[in-house]
Amino acid sequence: MTAKSRGNLPPLSLHVPEPKFRPGDVVDYSHIQIPPAGAQARPDEQCTASDTHPLCLDLVRVLGEDHRAVGPWDPKLDAETLRRMLRTMALTRAFDDRMYRGQRQGKTSFYMKCTGEEATSVAPAMALAADDMVFPSYRQQGILISRGYPLVEMINQIYSNRADKLKGRQLPIMYSARDYGFFTISGNLATQYPQAVGWAMASAIKGDTRIAATWIGEGSTAEGDFHSAMTFAAVYNAPVIFNVVNNQWAISSFSGFAGAERATFAARAIGYGIAGIRVDGNDPLAVYAATEWAANRARSNAGPTLIEHFTYRAEGHSTSDDPAQYRSAQEREEWPLGDPINRLKQHLIALGEWSEEQQAAMDRELVDQVKSATKEAEKNGILGHGLHHPFHTMFEDVFEELPWNLKEQSEQAIRERRIKWPEWKDA
Amino acid sequence: MTYEESPVSLSEAPTRRLNMIEAINDALDIMMERDPNVVVMGEDVGYFGGVFRATAGLQKKHGKTRVFDTPISECGIIGVAVGMGAYGLRPVPEIQFADYIYPGLDQLVSEAARLRYRSAGEFIAPMTVRSPFGGGIFGGQTHSQSPEAMFTHVAGLKTVVPSNPHDAKGLLIAAIEDNDPVIFFEPKRIYNGPFNGYYDKPVEPWSRHADSVVPEGYYSIPLGKARIVRPGNAFTVLAYGTMVHVAAAVCAEKGVDAEIIDLRTLVPLDIETVEKSVEKTGKCLIVHEATRTSGFGAELSALVQERCFYHLEAPIERVTGFDTPYPHSLEWAYFPGPVRIGEAIDRLTKA
Repeated sequence: MTAKSRGNLPPLSLHVPEPKFRPGDVVDYSHIQIPPAGAQARPDEQCTASDTHPLCLDLVRVLGEDHRAVGPWDPKLDAETLRRMLRTMALTRAFDDRMYRGQRQGKTSFYMKCTGEEATSVAPAMALAADDMVFPSYRQQGILISRGYPLVEMINQIYSNRADKLKGRQLPIMYSARDYGFFTISGNLATQYPQAVGWAMASAIKGDTRIAATWIGEGSTAEGDFHSAMTFAAVYNAPVIFNVVNNQWAISSFSGFAGAERATFAARAIGYGIAGIRVDGNDPLAVYAATEWAANRARSNAGPTLIEHFTYRAEGHSTSDDPAQYRSAQEREEWPLGDPINRLKQHLIALGEWSEEQQAAMDRELVDQVKSATKEAEKNGILGHGLHHPFHTMFEDVFEELPWNLKEQSEQAIRERRIKWPEWKDA
Repeated sequence: MTYEESPVSLSEAPTRRLNMIEAINDALDIMMERDPNVVVMGEDVGYFGGVFRATAGLQKKHGKTRVFDTPISECGIIGVAVGMGAYGLRPVPEIQFADYIYPGLDQLVSEAARLRYRSAGEFIAPMTVRSPFGGGIFGGQTHSQSPEAMFTHVAGLKTVVPSNPHDAKGLLIAAIEDNDPVIFFEPKRIYNGPFNGYYDKPVEPWSRHADSVVPEGYYSIPLGKARIVRPGNAFTVLAYGTMVHVAAAVCAEKGVDAEIIDLRTLVPLDIETVEKSVEKTGKCLIVHEATRTSGFGAELSALVQERCFYHLEAPIERVTGFDTPYPHSLEWAYFPGPVRIGEAIDRLTKA
């Protein structure tokens, strides 16, 4: 194909974004603007949305280089709460490590770690009320762990075994836990965003006091659902918190393919006229404070808030991904905002409320806790080893009642099973 | 409770004559009164009452937090309805024309339809998506489509198509009460009268048709039960929506003793009534307005062939729209009208 020239106009050119570093490149993070901790103003929770808009381009930080909490966003949590936060984040990491190995050992098909992003789920979960409804994406296992959902149940789901409450129908990590205010996770991206708005609108219609919060990766903000959700939330002033976890990578595409070269993700809030905050996602105190601010705002009918968590995906997208193929190994090592668990640990140590020895002991204890939960879950089976739900459950829950065609197909499945395994008795 | 089981027999219940729009409005009003969790939303449905006026007066009566306009975002409308359903409401979103449903398709197909399944019953999406559908009003290719087969293909969705005011009210009430997501397609060509296929003749208004006699108050018609419009022995006609009336008119004109079945719900399908009828008549004519290839008629034809083959005395006939988009100026050439149906009837009669 040849380009048609019109007079002396220069040919147009297409911009295809390219990340700054590829495998083997030396990483230089000097382009990332990191303002000092404590320097960001904290507007009143009832302020107009536009009062927050400078925060959409800034970065709310609480923990300084000296590991002290400073500035108006310091949530002033007591040491006990901070230790609980640290423990939950460390447990999330220990759980991820074990499940990752489980996948490599063939106990399940798939797993997704949230290493480096623990603060973006654990801290918000702690700042929300226990009965607020969360509409997570697939990397918020920290919320379930924060809310005390049994690890054994999580592993049953990951192993799709006979004790899996979701009857082996969902991909591993796509949990659902209604009693814990945790909405069923979808594999189709961004669909949870308008759903969270709908739930929040329903809560407002009924005069309830509960709010909704939802999570999305920065890559999925390109989906239409994100923009529909923002429009609806703005129009009806829905009591909802939109979290965008900007971990820099959507599988192998960097955030530039979601528009990050032009604007921050928090700045999406400006166009919709809602409140927005860009927060250091590796600073658990800043994340907690931002969620607390947004939750208070939503609960007092002051409207929705978009929070961008500026963080880094330290591991691959999933067990099916190899980040060494598309990004520099140095990226993780040199991420300028550090590791959220380490930062919180150092903060507690600086407060005189924790020590390296306590940390090491806690880590050992958490490894044991996860190990024993895994053993417990394995008694119910692992993926592909026969201990799964009976065949007829495949036909349940398509509709509330079984229609004639599913009855017929269910009978066929049972017939087939009798032929394949003649020794099988249980119908 | 269904109208067959109603403590007041329908002949005793006070009745009114309504057109389809009035019957739908009445059903919404009754359900909003009975259940505070029913909310109505969609483009223009609030103050104005919708482009077809199906929601007229509801906002005034039930308040604007229960009946409200939405942004022009079908993805948002359906997605928000999923979240509302998960909360415990029973949203009745309106998609202004079935042709506009596609931006909301993912929320319907991947989310609403599968919520119960993927959460093993923890979350449900008890919503009824109302949408005017079908052609015959010179709506061009973007206001005339019949996309029902897209939804009947999806596990977890129910698809309903009423053909008269009486059924529209009872089926809509049942759909709103149903705990599964329901797509409720309203054949807009027959909102005002039972169109017989003769586009160059005036439509008889519902006020002169027996099916416009609608009992007052609450009654429901169960999803999954077809209606025998007219018993007969020559052949079985399977139709729904507008085409029930067109097929009936052609059969009457030709003086054939056809058994005409109005399916009313496509999923769940009343296979028993279909089977019984075809076994009796031995011949089957399927009529729908949607494009032919992979249309719902293909499914009906396959079912009849699988289940009634040894009773069949002629090939199953399918009369449908053509495999083209709905052409604005050539609408009546596209529409499966009396000529196309008449030819099929002649083939069946001679067979």
